[in-house]
Amino acid sequence: MDHGRVVMDGSDIARAIRRLSHEIVESTKGSQDLVLLGIPTRGVELSQRIAAAIEEIESQAVSQGSLDITLYRDDLRLKPARALLPTAIPVGGIEDKIVVLVDDVLYSGRSVRAALDALNDVGRPRAVRLAVLVDRGHRQLPIRPDFVGKNLPTSTQQLVRVHLRDTDGIDSVVVSEEVR
Amino acid sequence: MKHLLSTADLSLEDAVLILDTAAEMALLTDREVKKLPTLRGRTVVNLFFEDSTRTRISFEVAAKRLSADVINFAAKGSSISKGESLKDTALTLQAMGADAVVVRHPSSGAPYRLAHADWIDATVINAGDGTHEHPTQALLDAYTLRAHLAGPTGSLRGVRVAIVGDVLHSRVARSNVHLLQTLGAKVTLVAPPTLLPIGVEQWGCAVSYDFDEVLADQDAVMMLRVQGERMNQAFFPSTLEYSRLYGLDTPRMATMGTNSIVLHPGPMNRGMEISADVADDPRSLMVEQVTNGVHVRMAVLYLLLGGMKESAS
Amino acid sequence: MSLVLRGIRPYGDDAVDLVISDGLIVDIVPVGQGQGDVIEAGGLVGLPGLVDLHTHLREPGREDAETVETGSRAAALGGFTCIHAMANTTPVADTAGVVEQVWRLGERSGRTQVRPVGAVTVGLGGEQLAEIGAMANSAAQVRVFSDDGKCVHDASLMRRSLEYVKAFDGVIAQHAQEPRLTQDAQMNEGALSGQLGLAGWPAVAEESIIARDVLLAQHVDSRLHVCHVSTAGSVDVIRWAKGRGINVTAEVCPHHLILTEELATTYDPIYKVNPPLRTASDIEALRAGLADGTIDVIATDHAPHPHEDKDCEWAAAAFGMLGLETALSIVIATMVEPGLLTWRGVAERMSSAPARIGRVREQGHDLVVGAVANVIAVDPSAVRSITATDLASKSRNTPYVGMQLPGIVEHVLYAGNPTVLHRQLTW
Ligand SMILES: [Zn+2]
Repeated sequence: MDHGRVVMDGSDIARAIRRLSHEIVESTKGSQDLVLLGIPTRGVELSQRIAAAIEEIESQAVSQGSLDITLYRDDLRLKPARALLPTAIPVGGIEDKIVVLVDDVLYSGRSVRAALDALNDVGRPRAVRLAVLVDRGHRQLPIRPDFVGKNLPTSTQQLVRVHLRDTDGIDSVVVSEEVR
Repeated sequence: MKHLLSTADLSLEDAVLILDTAAEMALLTDREVKKLPTLRGRTVVNLFFEDSTRTRISFEVAAKRLSADVINFAAKGSSISKGESLKDTALTLQAMGADAVVVRHPSSGAPYRLAHADWIDATVINAGDGTHEHPTQALLDAYTLRAHLAGPTGSLRGVRVAIVGDVLHSRVARSNVHLLQTLGAKVTLVAPPTLLPIGVEQWGCAVSYDFDEVLADQDAVMMLRVQGERMNQAFFPSTLEYSRLYGLDTPRMATMGTNSIVLHPGPMNRGMEISADVADDPRSLMVEQVTNGVHVRMAVLYLLLGGMKESAS
Repeated sequence: MSLVLRGIRPYGDDAVDLVISDGLIVDIVPVGQGQGDVIEAGGLVGLPGLVDLHTHLREPGREDAETVETGSRAAALGGFTCIHAMANTTPVADTAGVVEQVWRLGERSGRTQVRPVGAVTVGLGGEQLAEIGAMANSAAQVRVFSDDGKCVHDASLMRRSLEYVKAFDGVIAQHAQEPRLTQDAQMNEGALSGQLGLAGWPAVAEESIIARDVLLAQHVDSRLHVCHVSTAGSVDVIRWAKGRGINVTAEVCPHHLILTEELATTYDPIYKVNPPLRTASDIEALRAGLADGTIDVIATDHAPHPHEDKDCEWAAAAFGMLGLETALSIVIATMVEPGLLTWRGVAERMSSAPARIGRVREQGHDLVVGAVANVIAVDPSAVRSITATDLASKSRNTPYVGMQLPGIVEHVLYAGNPTVLHRQLTW
């Protein structure tokens, strides 16, 4: 278990996912053209849980997949090469769809920038929206989320870690002081 | 890992990472927009001291699909015909700011020398050196074997592969023996004794002089190119005798298991180590090997260049 | 005027004063009693000046790699008072003119005795005998003939040359390498060459020629010397031949006593040499053969090459390594320190025996009154770290860079004249 302060526990996360799902349904006016694409790793589990919640609300299936951004990152020169993670575009594709990108934490905005580029090579959606569980601020690019689970003011020295049930065995968001 | 010089340097983990990455590359390029921005602004030099259009083009396509700038540098003169020296060429490439050098050279060890002699900072990828190694060929062979015999991300543990032909002069054989054994495959080398190196019994694989004896037990057969000129150096009496004993023809192929497959690194000598019918048989995967070569080389370029510039921290 | 080597220990024995005058050892007296200019040699081991049967000086033709002068400097610093300059120069030393030229350059340098080796065949071509008689009778007084670098592989030609040199009490020094078995050969043939993809130089290519040559030498009753023996099998063949009374002598190079083929895994051509570095068991057999006298001498095969001929890929690089300035250190490390050879043994293998084989009257004398004063004083306990730029040779291709080697030559007297004092050339 991480050292640090738990800022969201299991019920907080469940509530946040429920609220995000309602907001997405509302803003997309029914889920007919909606495609949820999670950014691996935890964005994928989040998007699956949001999809499940929306299916409950709307009683109909939601297109859901994953979009790996590794090959679109702008920090490849700085970090060791990473293993690629799966990209799975749902059968209907994204052409003319409303795509909601789902990620766990929004920070500098660079991952989202990479995701937009990756999306561009897959097809041309009608609109792209962004849903995140936690927005911790400190943007380096002109990017803002459309749906936010929790706004979490942090310092750049801090580390924010999201744990999700299927991936980590527990639902929690933990803030710790980064050890340099 | 900064360079790819020999498959002997690859751990099981490294090898699987490259193959898995290649599988993702295959999915990503199987769509309308084939190009990825990953290596934008990076320079990959194809430095070929030996003609090999197919290998050079494969690396070129791989690098371009990752948006790297590609420079093809066909260096004249091997060690024999004393053209520009390897060192001077390296210094030139260093001055041009090459990030990766893909090198094909007639001398064994030339890529190793390029990587270690303090001439150049770039990542060095061995695209075939003398009779030493050809690591990306082995990787694409392993990828092809996996795709057909184990599923896209399956294991080659226990898979039986015969490598047949001029092992002595084959860099493909050396790279495959290391890699396939790392991946857990059971390798059998098949050749006349003259075309097996001294000390081959220490390579850890089985060795046979009798193709027919081992053929039925193989999941895959990898045929090596055999140059007819070897006959003049008394490695075998005649091309006819060679192909009779070690060539893969239709009757011989009929004794293979029905699900077993045939690989060849190309270019083929039809009628020598492989008959035209076998070469065109659906179980012969030469065309697929070429396709897979691009994905494997994309994976190698990405993994070596994608982030290996050590950051200060 | 006399010189006194004060406190020197001949062959590591008790300290004495060695008194030298008119180029001779004139007196050996208790420490402190010698009269004359004193050279402090307290605690240093005294040996007769070393004699190398196998040196490549590269002049004429490749003065960018080494000259007689630079090679002589390296020789003096290494403790050699006599070196044999191999014939594979450009032009080849296959006429009286070329051997006299090399001999004169050596005399002019005056740092060490330079004895030219004459080629066996014209241009080392292996087809026609060179003017062996003219070279033997020239001012250079050639007694050692060799096509070194190439093997005299034609059996009939080898027989004739062995016969022909009998008229001058000469010897054929054979570079034993069956050419067809070593085409494009790059390193020792074995499991490692197969893995590295470097064409193999099999031991049998050396052993088969030695076996043939000792039988030829027996048949024509002549003298054969085998250059740079490198394999355990060669030691066996020579031991067998000596057992039969065949007049064969053999040399081993320092690098074959210490370096193994594993160094080729670096693909760094600094380790590329002909014959190639072999295995640890070959090293063991060579050391044993040297200890028991099967191998008569240590010869350097000092082979200078310009930097560009080594700063390249393995196959393109030249064969050979420097040896003069490190030979004694390697012998101390591999033979003296492990107890395989005494200091008297070193004097025999590095001075008396090579002088005898080369028929060099002035060299290889015991350290006794009346002997020519070719004397060196060695500090066996001093250790030095080898750097290529510290060497006197014009080339830098030493494989020992970074190694800590025991033994430093402090003083060298060549025919009574100090050429090295306190580790420095005297001029
Ligand atoms: Zn030689």
